[in-house]
Amino acid sequence: MTSALINVPAKAKRGDIIEIKTLMSHIMETGYRRTATGEVVPRDIITSFSCRYNGIEVFRADLFPAIAANPFITFFTVATESGKFDFEWIGDKGFSETASASITVE
Amino acid sequence: MRSVHTIIAAMLLIATASPLRASEIPQGERRSGFSFMTPETRAMQNDDTANPGMLWVLDGETLWKSKTGAAGKACADCHDDARASMKGVAARYPAFDKALGRPVNLEQRINLCRTTHQQATPLAYESRELLALTAFVAQQSRGVAIETGSDPQLEPFIDKGRELFMLRQGQLNLACANCHDDNWDKRLAGSAITQAQPTGYPLYRLEWQSLGSLERRLRACMTGVRAQAYDYGAPELVELELYLMSRAKGMPMEAPAVRP
Repeated sequence: MTSALINVPAKAKRGDIIEIKTLMSHIMETGYRRTATGEVVPRDIITSFSCRYNGIEVFRADLFPAIAANPFITFFTVATESGKFDFEWIGDKGFSETASASITVE
Repeated sequence: MRSVHTIIAAMLLIATASPLRASEIPQGERRSGFSFMTPETRAMQNDDTANPGMLWVLDGETLWKSKTGAAGKACADCHDDARASMKGVAARYPAFDKALGRPVNLEQRINLCRTTHQQATPLAYESRELLALTAFVAQQSRGVAIETGSDPQLEPFIDKGRELFMLRQGQLNLACANCHDDNWDKRLAGSAITQAQPTGYPLYRLEWQSLGSLERRLRACMTGVRAQAYDYGAPELVELELYLMSRAKGMPMEAPAVRP
C-alpha cells in the first residue's frame, strides 16, 4: 500500500506564485539501525523526487537518510499555463511512484 | 519556630492523608492535547494534505472496499458508505459487546467483524492494515462529541479503568493521575504534560514517525514509569481506554490527530 497526498491549487492567475505540497508514504529506514540480534537493518529510503510542469522539470530534490519517514516536500513555482504537474519519487529496493495533478491558469 | 514545626507537621499530615490528590479535572478546564502544541504542529494536523495520518486514512478507504476472507465480503458490502454509516461510531468506543460480556475497542471491533462476518484472519495490533481501517473509521467521527460510557452496562468497567488510572505502579511508583490530573499544567523535560484526553486516536506521532493506537501510547507511558506494560488487547488496557474516553465525554473527536 503506497499512497501520496498532493496539494496543487485547482485554479490560478497567469504569473501567480503558487505553492505545491506533496506527502509520500515511506518508512525512510536509515540503514544505521540494528536489530536486537545486532544485524544492520538495510537502508530503504527515497533518494530522489522530481516535479514536471507540462513536461518541463521545475523542481528536483535528493533525499538522504536523515530525512524523516513520510517525506513532506513543498515548493513554489509560477503558474504559466494550464496543464499537468507530474511527480516522481525514486528510491531503494526499486521504489518508484508517480502522481499527477491538474491546474487551470486563466 | 514552633509555628514552622506546626506547618511542617500539617503538610506531612495532608501528604499522608491523601497520598494521591486524585482531583479530577473540572469540565471547564478540559483541554485537548492539540491546545498544547506549537502553531506549526497544529497547522500540520489541520491541513489534510500535510497531515501524515491521512496516508493511513487513504489506505483504509481502499481496504474498506476490498473483498477479503472466506466470505468474500468487503466492509462496504454490509456497511455501505462509511461517510454515513461510520459517522459518530468511533466517538462511542470502547463499547459493550453483548457476546463477550465486556467492552471492546475499535480495533477489536474491526477484528471481530473480520473473523465473524468476513471469515478472515484478525489483523495484528499496530499493523498497517489495522491502523489504516481504524483511522478511516475514526476519521468519519471528526468533530463529533465523544459519547463513550453512556451505556450503563459499562459502569463497572469504567470504575476498573479509573482504579488503574489512580494506581501507582512501576519502579518510579507513579500513577497516571500523578501527571495527567495533578500536573497537566506543567512541563516534564521541556515537553507539555497534557491531560491525557484521547480525542485524536489513532494519531500520528512525530516521535514514532508513524500512526499509532491509544494502546501503544498507554504502553509507552507504562514503560516510561518503568512498569510492565499490559499486552495489546488486554482487558486492563481496554478498561483504561474506556475510562479515558468517558473522561473526555463531550470533547470533539479529531482523528487522525498529529502529536509531537
